[in-house]
Amino acid sequence: MATTTPKSAYLRGVVDGLPFILVIIPFATLFGLLAVEAGLNVIEALVFSLVVIAGAAQFTALQLMQEDAPTIIVLASALAVNLRMAMYSASLTPYIGSAPLWQRALAAYLTVDQSYMVSVAQFEKEPQMTVPQRIAYFFGAVTPVVPLWYIFTVVGAMLGSRVPDSWALDFALPITFLAMIAPMFRTLAHVVAAFVAVVVSLLAVGVPFSLGIIIAGVAGMVAGAQAELWLERRRELSQ
Amino acid sequence: MIDRTTLWIVIIGLGLGSFFLRFVFTGLVGNRPMPAWLLRHLRYTAVAVLPALVAPQVLWPAATGGEPDPARLAAAAAALSVGLITKNVLAAMLAGGVTLYGMLYLFL
Repeated sequence: MATTTPKSAYLRGVVDGLPFILVIIPFATLFGLLAVEAGLNVIEALVFSLVVIAGAAQFTALQLMQEDAPTIIVLASALAVNLRMAMYSASLTPYIGSAPLWQRALAAYLTVDQSYMVSVAQFEKEPQMTVPQRIAYFFGAVTPVVPLWYIFTVVGAMLGSRVPDSWALDFALPITFLAMIAPMFRTLAHVVAAFVAVVVSLLAVGVPFSLGIIIAGVAGMVAGAQAELWLERRRELSQ
Repeated sequence: MIDRTTLWIVIIGLGLGSFFLRFVFTGLVGNRPMPAWLLRHLRYTAVAVLPALVAPQVLWPAATGGEPDPARLAAAAAALSVGLITKNVLAAMLAGGVTLYGMLYLFL
């Protein structure tokens, strides 16, 4: 199905964003729950989710505050976990960089793993999309996700410690990310990038402030780019 | 108990910092062209960063105190392989979820 108007692009984004409801609900609930366990009240948990909307960074901050880490370390670590957002921003720039400033600012606030991933996959698949269509699609993809992030933070906070550990809500995030990554392995270069990133991330797991993720991410990106160059050269040689 | 001043400094600081990170390229670079070598690297952002983020959580989940857990490993393998075969995100997530709960139910 080709996207034609911004409105149909928006609806298409909504549809493509729907599967993430299954993830965002347990993930947001878990944050609300842990926030209350850490001594926050419902309003504080909600404001946290409204202002930051970045699950992994929020979990990191919460964890470190409970361990009485210095404020600067809490901020630096949580922001390090979020450094990937800067990479997302860079990678979205060729697609939506010429949109009006207010749209880019709103898109920036709404840049979460899910909206980024689903949008970039779509923009790559249909390079002929116009900028307004891309922006509409992006906002569509966050529509089913972001409101639920707020709502279920509150639900989790109100449930408090009534949810048993045996529900294994912690694993909603890894499962989702793996499910989202798998269809993105379109070329050998993508596989190489992921493989190198995984190996480096496991080796760098002891690096403080979650910087291992960034190191591994950069290593994977370099590996992917080099593999792409190598594949191109080989194709040229064989012609 | 978390100190209230610390909490609000963290919420506001993290909010501003996260917005800056998300806006730094789309907002400041805008429609100026970016060099080909940079774009070549950026194409692999998602497939590099996300696996890097989840790999340690799959092998050493915090919920089990960092001990490798058969249920979580199997769930991760199921989500990844169904995703690779079907290219369907929802099917992959369901496969992961069903495997996780199935294994937890059988072995706990």
